[in-house]
Amino acid sequence: MKPPAFAYFRPESVAEALALLGTHGGDAKVLAGGQSLIPLLNLRLATPAALVDINRLAELAYVRVADGQVVIGALARHADVLADAAAAAAQPLIRQALRLVAHPVIRNRGTTVGSIVHADPAGEMTAVLAVLGGSVKVASVAGQRLVPAASFFLGPLEPDVGPDELAIEAIFPVLPARTGCGFAEVSRRHGDYAICGVAATVTLDEIGQVSLARAAYLSVSGTPLVLDLTKACAGAGIADAGEFAVTRIDPSSDIHATAAYRRHLAGVLTARALTDALAHARENAVV
Amino acid sequence: MSSPPEQHQVRLVVNGEPATVSVPARRLLSDCLRHDLRLTGTHVGCEHGVCGACTVILDGVAVRSCLTLAVSADGASITTVEGLAGPDGTLSAVQQAFADCHGLQCGFCTPGFLTTITAALAANPAPTEDDAREIIGGNLCRCTGYQNIVRAVLRAAELMRARPGGTGNGREP
Repeated sequence: MKPPAFAYFRPESVAEALALLGTHGGDAKVLAGGQSLIPLLNLRLATPAALVDINRLAELAYVRVADGQVVIGALARHADVLADAAAAAAQPLIRQALRLVAHPVIRNRGTTVGSIVHADPAGEMTAVLAVLGGSVKVASVAGQRLVPAASFFLGPLEPDVGPDELAIEAIFPVLPARTGCGFAEVSRRHGDYAICGVAATVTLDEIGQVSLARAAYLSVSGTPLVLDLTKACAGAGIADAGEFAVTRIDPSSDIHATAAYRRHLAGVLTARALTDALAHARENAVV
Repeated sequence: MSSPPEQHQVRLVVNGEPATVSVPARRLLSDCLRHDLRLTGTHVGCEHGVCGACTVILDGVAVRSCLTLAVSADGASITTVEGLAGPDGTLSAVQQAFADCHGLQCGFCTPGFLTTITAALAANPAPTEDDAREIIGGNLCRCTGYQNIVRAVLRAAELMRARPGGTGNGREP
């Protein structure tokens, strides 16, 4: 189908964009890459009265690595983030997950911040932001605020971004010392929505024991679910952590998979992602 | 009855030719190309980004024209399937490779494959078979079973290496 009619605004600066959202925000949607929004318009699942197109805001098309953070601007396309060697070196989980975000042609246009703000429970980058304890900077004419990942995802497709606000950038902490990361998912077709996915990080202490293990899950809950698996990993090991995770999630059944299959996948993928993260942490722990 | 929708002037360069169209904001780039510019080589399959048939090259990058608003593409340079062959009709390397490898049957999906592969080979002129599969992973073909399309990607890369000037269709700068 075709999009419904809407008023169209194409600001040339962030200030102009915020002013437009201040005026039209309640009935407006922000258009960045459009790889989620335009399908919603085409399918008439969204009928905003106005679109504020931020594709001219080149000032937001950045990927920066500084002060222990990877900072991704609102107009950085997935493909640009994926190709950024400094970002991949500072926080490898970003590239591990981005490879699984849709297909190359979608990644050419879609933006990483847009995908986070879309807050789809099946989104890889939402889980990455959640497991790393990142944050999102949002702005309005009234000022800016920094929203931690733990409180950013209010519900499915519902981010903590007010109608008059624009998400300016997503902030990911760099990988700490003696830490590794892993990402594993299962989808029906490569590039399709994951039936279940896990983003994991493991930190070792000075003697090589697991001091912190965290995992975030996609497609098993309305918002990215984060579990602390440190105790489970310190016990009988990674297989136990997978079994522990299975007891802590409550997925639903849908046309793609039953709840029981999703729960099974969560256990298997927890073990896979943790195994990769542990091996990676051991590489990083070698002095 | 609501008032007629506001029209926006959109300036494009399509296959090297400047074009200006007046469209409502809701006009998809795919429809702008097909209806306003009468370039019906770009095919519309699913219209929600899944099938890849509508892929065009926008400022050097392959994108879904059904997931791009024409008004948002104002000022862009676009290559559609009509722009791949040379001015004298000489097939581009990717088109020739599809013919050589039997990379199409009904042809509905072919424009999207050709544009996707053309842009991808410009970025990666020596793809492996795995690369080829990744390149075409977002395009659906219900006829071929993909094997011959994978071969065509590799064959196109060979042809481009053999032809001086990249795709050898006479449109290279």
